[in-house]
Amino acid sequence: MSTHRLFRVLAILVLAAMIVSACAPAATPAPQIVPQTVVVPQTVVAPQTVVAKQTVVVPQTVVVPATPVPAPQVTVEWWHITTIDPGKTLWKTMADEYMAKHPNVTINITVLENEAFKTKLTTVMQGGTPPDIFQSWGGGTMNDQITAGMLKDITADLDANGGAWRNTFAPGALAVYAKDGKNYGAPWDMGIVSWWYNKDLFTQAKIANPPTTWTELLADVKTLKAAGITPISLGEKDTWTGMHIWSYLATRICGQAGFLAAAGRKGAFTDACFVEAGKKLQDLIALQPFQAGFLGASHDDMQGAFGNGKAAMELSGQWAPGSEAGQAADKKGVANLGMFNFPVVEGGAGDVTDVMGGGNGFAIGKNASPEAIDFVKYLTTAENQARVAASGGGIPVVKGGEAGLTQAGTTANPNMVVVQKTFAAAKYFQLYYDQYMPSAMGSIINDAVAGLYAGTSTPEKVAQAIEDGAKQILK
Amino acid sequence: MNIAQAPRRDEITLPTRNRSPRRTQDYVTIVLFLLPACILFLLFLVYPIFSSIYYSLYNWSGIGPAVNFVGLDNFKQILTDQVFIKAVGNCLLIVVLSLAIQLPMALAMAIMVGRDLPGRGFFRTIFFMPFVLSEVIAAIIWLSLLSPDPERGFINALLVLIPGVQAQNFLGDINAVMACVFVVLTWKYFGLHMLLYMAGLQNIPREIEEAAQIDGANRWQSIRYVTIPLLRSTIQTTMYLSVLGSLTQFNLIWIMTRGGPVNSSEVMATYMYRYAFIRFQLGYGSAVALVMLAICLIFSVAYLRLNRQSDPLSGI
Repeated sequence: MSTHRLFRVLAILVLAAMIVSACAPAATPAPQIVPQTVVVPQTVVAPQTVVAKQTVVVPQTVVVPATPVPAPQVTVEWWHITTIDPGKTLWKTMADEYMAKHPNVTINITVLENEAFKTKLTTVMQGGTPPDIFQSWGGGTMNDQITAGMLKDITADLDANGGAWRNTFAPGALAVYAKDGKNYGAPWDMGIVSWWYNKDLFTQAKIANPPTTWTELLADVKTLKAAGITPISLGEKDTWTGMHIWSYLATRICGQAGFLAAAGRKGAFTDACFVEAGKKLQDLIALQPFQAGFLGASHDDMQGAFGNGKAAMELSGQWAPGSEAGQAADKKGVANLGMFNFPVVEGGAGDVTDVMGGGNGFAIGKNASPEAIDFVKYLTTAENQARVAASGGGIPVVKGGEAGLTQAGTTANPNMVVVQKTFAAAKYFQLYYDQYMPSAMGSIINDAVAGLYAGTSTPEKVAQAIEDGAKQILK
Repeated sequence: MNIAQAPRRDEITLPTRNRSPRRTQDYVTIVLFLLPACILFLLFLVYPIFSSIYYSLYNWSGIGPAVNFVGLDNFKQILTDQVFIKAVGNCLLIVVLSLAIQLPMALAMAIMVGRDLPGRGFFRTIFFMPFVLSEVIAAIIWLSLLSPDPERGFINALLVLIPGVQAQNFLGDINAVMACVFVVLTWKYFGLHMLLYMAGLQNIPREIEEAAQIDGANRWQSIRYVTIPLLRSTIQTTMYLSVLGSLTQFNLIWIMTRGGPVNSSEVMATYMYRYAFIRFQLGYGSAVALVMLAICLIFSVAYLRLNRQSDPLSGI
């Protein structure tokens, strides 16, 4: 009898253990939509994992200009995550072209799927042998790599010949791959968050120009509501959509200095400007500008409501034109789409040209040869940037590259020209909070700000919750 | 070969000698057959549980070795976190509602469609169908049904047809979200419980109910005093499944609401997932998993205590 009961107790214990340990963590891999995974088409998880080592054929017939000493053979390891065409083929074409011009250079391309790339990179970093050139988003992850001594300082290369290479870049984009005034990589694509609006609905509400100040924005929201139009589409189930409004307000009020102080632990997220950002957001929320059920709506729902003409504005990234059309019932989306910069907040330290966003770049590994750096220089020429842009694979960050967005046969969305112009004019580029800081901070900020939208929290509590998280996570 | 085997076979026939080698041989066979299962069990169940205990004492992000020892701080933080308390409350709410509404409803349905109702096979299939769907698919179906936009959500499309009724926010409403989640959970799981009850009803001999009727019991009395007591062990099983399922519910809620808006539909498993796999605070997440384990164990022990009475049908 007692053994029988003992057996039953054990059986229950094991069952409970199984349910808790096995069931819960192994549950659905929920689609975690964070800004960086939607920044550009390439980073969206591709169906197949391609790990292709492309064998390099050094053309024998190429006539090398007479050089006194034959250059030594150099191999460059390049990891990128563009698993789909046309981008994948374009990168390979560029590598082949470079090798044809420099017969002593062999470029080994390794194409990895986004998640596999992160795992594999971490592994080789632990072994101290990073690839010479690899995909990077800058920010917190890159800072860790710099601290670990895994990246090469290429400041001198950028500044050579009076800064010939440096001056080709939009300064905001280049700065994302720098730390303490030293550069460790170069950007090749950059996107930004801004307000997208339905020009027809604005006309219908008799609003002539999009708002340039926060006060004007609030006034326009009231006007739209009075005209029976839902002013703003928001998908607060994916809390990062609402967080963008808060963090943009913080960028406008605190400015570059205020954010860097808080993130660098010289200031705090409880500083007055962050509380003020919450108060400004509360002013907006008080007008009830969002579509019905926005608290339970996902990012897709938000794009759908905007694309179907059910709301006049949305704060979204450069993916908005493609995304709202894709989610719209007619697959065409808003007919007259416009974009305006996040309005300035009166008295705020931030400039109207400051933008928030993120993009893709090349990080340079610590063992990179001068040839590897020269190859990155080749990849980021205005001409090659235009080719990337024309393929619809990214928004160029090099002056002259924007020509690819408008040239004949381009597959880039026409609105990308506006996006490109906006960030090219930016003096300060605010990297997404969750890319600048560890991703845990992103989740903490998202969850804290969500309380404002639901009316269950206050600006002070939001700032305190973020600061509490920062104390734990940031050093 | 034959010559070598022959004497051994002779030995086996000897009564005094064969026992011990035979038993050894049996043991070897048993161990060999058990070994793969044991290794898998140890590797994927016992080891993870013990490593969870280890990691729960650290502030660990999952990268590199755990070095930041924090003792019991994680547990202290969990048990004082308002959101976790809310999550436990929501779990208990689901448990109570399941026991009070879902199971009685399943039992009533089973009694109705379990006997001679015409077309009972049809109803049985209809009621059981949701259980066959994967939780993810069920959640996505209900997400679209409950959409606040009457042009997209079927339920709101029906609601706005009624004069004076407006479209409801359902999952976007802090006060309504748990009710919606519970409706979906009931829709999904009452079919399983109904099927179990129907199987239980099959085991009850008709003679007992007939005897009760001859003794003058009406329909209700016969259900109350004959059917339900005889279903006792089935009811216990469904209660056990229902409670454990409610305590560890994750998929449906995560997909439908992500525990939102603002934690109002948070349950223990979504809370754990948020910390372990979104914030990558794996030490804290491990501690949450252990607290969940403890809560499930408490329930299991309580269940065993309550379950001591023997089954009345076992004597038949």
